[in-house]
Amino acid sequence: MSNNSIKKTLLVSLLLCLVCSIMVSISVVMLGEKQEENKALDVRRNLLMATGLIDVSATKEDVVKAYKMVEMKIVELETGEFTEVIDPHKYDLKKSRKDPNENILIKASDDLANIKFRSKYASVYFVKERGVTTQVVLPVYGKGLWSTMFGFLSLAPDLKTVKGFQFFEHGETPGLGGEVDNPDWKKIWPGKNVYDDQLNTKIDVVKGKVTDNPNKEFQVDGLSGATLTSNGVENLLHYWLGQHGYLKFLKNIKTRGYLK
Amino acid sequence: MSIKKILFDPVFNNNPIALQVLGICSALAVTTKMETTLVMSVAVTLVTAFSSLSVSIIRNHIPSSIRIIVQMTIIASMVIVTDQILKAYFYNVSKSLSVYVGLIITNCIVMGRTEGYAMKNEPIASFMDGIGNGLGYSFILISVAFFRELLGNGKILGFTVFKLTSEGGWYQGNGLMLLAPSAFFLIGFLIWGIRTFKKDQVEEN
Repeated sequence: MSNNSIKKTLLVSLLLCLVCSIMVSISVVMLGEKQEENKALDVRRNLLMATGLIDVSATKEDVVKAYKMVEMKIVELETGEFTEVIDPHKYDLKKSRKDPNENILIKASDDLANIKFRSKYASVYFVKERGVTTQVVLPVYGKGLWSTMFGFLSLAPDLKTVKGFQFFEHGETPGLGGEVDNPDWKKIWPGKNVYDDQLNTKIDVVKGKVTDNPNKEFQVDGLSGATLTSNGVENLLHYWLGQHGYLKFLKNIKTRGYLK
Repeated sequence: MSIKKILFDPVFNNNPIALQVLGICSALAVTTKMETTLVMSVAVTLVTAFSSLSVSIIRNHIPSSIRIIVQMTIIASMVIVTDQILKAYFYNVSKSLSVYVGLIITNCIVMGRTEGYAMKNEPIASFMDGIGNGLGYSFILISVAFFRELLGNGKILGFTVFKLTSEGGWYQGNGLMLLAPSAFFLIGFLIWGIRTFKKDQVEEN
């Protein structure tokens, strides 16, 4: 049979597609479980790093062990109540945010974080040591200069003091906005207050260094050469800590003494 | 041609990036850190080698009217499998390589070798040619990444060599090195270097 006959052409393409698709399917199916595991582990690692329970050098075992102290719950942001509608083990922030059944459009005037839409639900994490909640971790995200930055904000049980804050995914300029990953910058956050006594979001990423002033507990040094990324960080915190974000939920758990 | 010649010719004498000027896109994109660069180099080398091998094995049965599609299908499958393996076993690196693993499909080196070499040569020779061109690509990538990581971040493979001022040291990181355009300059210097020793590569004006 000549190589260029129609019959041969069809036969070769059919066989080739069959062999290739089998090869691809096998690899996807066989490695799928391991990939899911890696993904979950990566989120947990970043979450734990925001709480300060582990550091960069932590092994897989350290992550698994430390994560035993964490309890995950799903919150409906509109009401600020826990919900059972979504299975916490299946919840995925990014998928849920794009799912038309689970997301809402954010009014442009309210959209401080510049994210256009968000999930109706959010995962929150309670770090418990000997039965007592020591930290509440909230996933936050918003636009920087180039990219949507995803991070974890950890608050102390007074729900005002930052315990830790870090991004686990962003595409900001290396060396400038990318300095959000700089350990020295992350070190500034613990101890700062995000709310004043009336629960108004007051955290402020200033330009340059924070000077000695009465508001310095609410202020964080900006990243030099990265004003827009710094503004993005401030704006996304204002959105997520405000009335459209976690504020209702935080008020709820506070007034009900959930953390006692 | 001897196996040794097939294997090492593409490193200096016929380098895919420096002489053929192929695969520049990923040479800019994945060279900020040595670690990601090494993984990318291994991935491209293996994909090139196995695609060339597969194409060469069936080369006498490929109808010429669909030969590019056949090569593309084989390359794409190899790349997907590679991407899956990286996601499963090198999760962090695969996260920082992001789309660039998938983009190996469009890396001209891979297709250039299957179309230019594997279609006409024996499987073993084609496989070696793939490895050789992968090595040539890796050589340039690793050299570029070495300087970009060292001058941009003061590190090599994540180990601090020059302590950065932002971490309390003396070295002020060169921001340009962390951005893609710096790779153009470095590749330019490398081509200059190679052509200074290999005069026959200099193009006539």
